[in-house]
Amino acid sequence: MTLLEVNNIDVFYGDVQVIFDLSLHINEGEVVSIIGGNGAGKSTLLRTISGLLQPANGSITFDGTSVHNLPPEDIVEHGIVHVPEGRRLFSLMSIKDNLIVGAYNKRATPNTAKTLEYVYSLLPRLYEREQQIAMTLSGGEQQMVAIGRGLMAMPRILMLDEPSLGLAPVLIKDIFQTVREIANKGTTVLLVEQDVNHSLNLSDRGYVLEHGRVVMEGAAKALLKDPHVKEAYLGL
Amino acid sequence: MLFILEDAINGILMGSIYGLTAMGLTIIFGVLKVINFAHGSLLMIGMYVAYWTVALTGIHPYLSLFIVIPAMYLFGYYLQDIVIKPIFKAEKDVREPITVIIVTTGVWYILDNMTLLFFGPQYRSIDDNPLKGKMMELGEIMISVPKLWGFVTATITAFAIYYFLQYTRMGRAIRATSLDRDAASLSGINQYKIYNIAFGMGTAVAGIAAVTLVPFYNTFPSVGVLFDIKGFIIVVLGGLGSIHGAIIGGMIIGLIESVGPQFMAATWTEAIVYGLFLLVLFVKPSGLFGVKYDW
Repeated sequence: MTLLEVNNIDVFYGDVQVIFDLSLHINEGEVVSIIGGNGAGKSTLLRTISGLLQPANGSITFDGTSVHNLPPEDIVEHGIVHVPEGRRLFSLMSIKDNLIVGAYNKRATPNTAKTLEYVYSLLPRLYEREQQIAMTLSGGEQQMVAIGRGLMAMPRILMLDEPSLGLAPVLIKDIFQTVREIANKGTTVLLVEQDVNHSLNLSDRGYVLEHGRVVMEGAAKALLKDPHVKEAYLGL
Repeated sequence: MLFILEDAINGILMGSIYGLTAMGLTIIFGVLKVINFAHGSLLMIGMYVAYWTVALTGIHPYLSLFIVIPAMYLFGYYLQDIVIKPIFKAEKDVREPITVIIVTTGVWYILDNMTLLFFGPQYRSIDDNPLKGKMMELGEIMISVPKLWGFVTATITAFAIYYFLQYTRMGRAIRATSLDRDAASLSGINQYKIYNIAFGMGTAVAGIAAVTLVPFYNTFPSVGVLFDIKGFIIVVLGGLGSIHGAIIGGMIIGLIESVGPQFMAATWTEAIVYGLFLLVLFVKPSGLFGVKYDW
């Protein structure tokens, strides 16, 4: 069943068009990767889906309801949760407070204690340090908090924007492992990544974005073997 | 020696009331990132509400808190919602929108002059209230009772706000919004509503400060200006956005103002206050208790 459907959207930053006539869909329970270089429009696409930007044309529907005119806080209420690029933690708040704020929306608030337990079981490091101020954490730990904060909102679809950015290779493995576990628990995941190899390996399907357009789409396994993807993104 | 101690104590007590006026300013700045130039006028409005409540009913001045706090909260909430929010939305890509500062300046002039129009320029004071002119003797030291009440009120207010921000759902949402607006939106927080609430809170705290002033201070249309500039200095001194910084910054100013005249002409204390202000800006721009990070 199609959970999220993006139909022919155009997105502008001021006068500059960043996304051109882009369409994609994500089915319930899938893990989908969006890959592409810097400036391909990946983050812009996620910011548009989560309501931080509004498309000039086209529509976005989630579970049958149109969401592209809603403000971000209402979109979260529907279950679309965006973990932004660069973590964007609440720097002077403790890990625990960051997580609790993640559950602010009306759907998630009543379940805060239960979700918190789930997040701590998935990311036990966060429990050990729950009183530590977010600013003082390492990059990998911050990314864990960011993902945890996203999960606290009880996502039906979790959108991760470059979770591996700036992390050491051993931590990148941890992060992708966590993403896999989240997906195994039944959450739909939309993953935007520059680490093409890792992300396609754990995805069901993928889209390749170039200059704000979808240039290729298909099963993740097939994309990994594609000569263009190999040459442009895997350096083979 | 004893009279210096007496001045110091009374100065600290008065300073905590200054701190209370600055606290509202710091709450609003902390969340909206906008210097509210109308803050003195909000204090003035609060004083008029408190004054008329007490003058018309004859209740104890501090009982007027039950009217002043909700009235001022709603006034601030809707002032932000109706007057400031549209500008905010139009400039949402600007982090510290200067136009909003201009709007608050406009609000300041309008409020002050409307008050002048309706209530006239005369100084009003409640002469037969139980706190007026009361002194408490502590050995040979005389302490002003209304200022002591103000000190206690300021301390309670600071702790209450700290507790609210630290441990409640709404308090966490307010802190989150002040730290990262977009990330707060992505967590399901309606940032414009948080601005309304923060502005309402800041205005309500100005109202509390007004109630502490009314028993011993005159109420008149431009009274806010006296506290406005002091408020800005205190906020910078204590650290923008810091609740206890506001109170302690206020006490420092109060201390200088009351002890200073023992040693020099009273007008010089102003120079010391501004000198300290400059010194803090040079040495520790984030203020004594401010956290140094990118707003």
